Amino acid sequence: MLPPSAADANGKRVIPGTPVFDGEAASHGYALNAMCYSFNSADNRVRFLADEDAYMDSFHLTAAQRAAVRARNVLAMLDAGGNVYYLAKLAGIFGLNVQDLGSLQTGKSVEEFKAGLMEHAITERSAA
Amino acid sequence: MSAVIGGLFTSHVPAIGNAIARQLQEDPYWKPFFDGFDPVHAFLAREKPDVAVVFYNDHGLNFFLDKMPTFAIGAAPEYRHEDEGWGIGFDRPISGHVDLSWHIIEEVVASEFDPVTCQSMVIDHAVAVPFELLWPGSEPFPVKLIPIAINTVQHPLPSPRRCFELGRAVGRALATWRGDEKIMVLGTGGLSHQLEGGRAGHINVDYDKFCLRNLARDPEALLQHSSLDIVELAGSQGVEILNWIAARGALTGSVRELASNYHVPISNTAAATVLLENSAVVHA
Repeated sequence: MLPPSAADANGKRVIPGTPVFDGEAASHGYALNAMCYSFNSADNRVRFLADEDAYMDSFHLTAAQRAAVRARNVLAMLDAGGNVYYLAKLAGIFGLNVQDLGSLQTGKSVEEFKAGLMEHAITERSAA
Repeated sequence: MSAVIGGLFTSHVPAIGNAIARQLQEDPYWKPFFDGFDPVHAFLAREKPDVAVVFYNDHGLNFFLDKMPTFAIGAAPEYRHEDEGWGIGFDRPISGHVDLSWHIIEEVVASEFDPVTCQSMVIDHAVAVPFELLWPGSEPFPVKLIPIAINTVQHPLPSPRRCFELGRAVGRALATWRGDEKIMVLGTGGLSHQLEGGRAGHINVDYDKFCLRNLARDPEALLQHSSLDIVELAGSQGVEILNWIAARGALTGSVRELASNYHVPISNTAAATVLLENSAVVHA
């Protein structure tokens, strides 16, 4: 078993650097995630790009969610209840992949972020 | 008599689908991952399974957060992959197996599980990418699909033990199926990776190796951790190992590893592919 982790003031487990998308976050982030879910449709992606503010209005985003989207601030989107699987659809509109997202969240350059992944580089293959 | 002939466990990240769409299988970055499928293709060519029961997680294509099932079982006549936001929709439809879906649903409910049942369902990269990996090309897929979705998105997640027991119940259903199909079980996702937060890029080779070492011979070792323990160990997407745990639970015979490939990194992910053979237990 793992040693017990830290807990926040409400007794929730805290995993450093790791937002846990629970009921509280899902409730808080509903509008933002609903907007991002709509981006499964290519037509909606075009509509968003044509007028971001009007599109955010139509999903009733909170002020914090709007500010985070306008600033392309991924950590602020997470703080506002965004779930990364939905935010990935928004990131796709801007042509950002998950290394770009990693860079934006960790303050590393994309090259530094990729180098961090490569520190774990290993290939192990076996066959019976 | 039907037979569960084996299990296939593989990462499913969208970047793999992108590499397939761009035909990068021989690219030096991708080749060590795709080469891990050579023994899988040989096995499939030899064994020719008829059905694939796939444990996976939906990432916001079929299910939104308005209605989020912990477990959902497909019972549709056909499944399609669609655009998930980045423009790739693999266009080969996958046939369902409605009668076997309902047989599984009957059995798991009799085992006191309460799945959502889906007569209409689109499948995302967590099914489409493994299907493209197993059966590349443009021919119709030679297998019918039973998709079983596990919530790994919105906490609280089901526990590893609960997922393993769900797999066991599915395994019992497959053992009592009256058909004569050869059945493969798939578990998709993992291994360690984390996309979001200050710890984005987290990879845990030690935990991954623990899972790979125990998957065939002692899968219950993976049940010692809670789902939040696994988030801490393997990252918030590494918890997709729940799909592997459920799929392993469905292999109820004598299990032997035929091939394993662990390659880090693919995109932000510690990628792995494992092929297990499942054969009838011989009683003394």
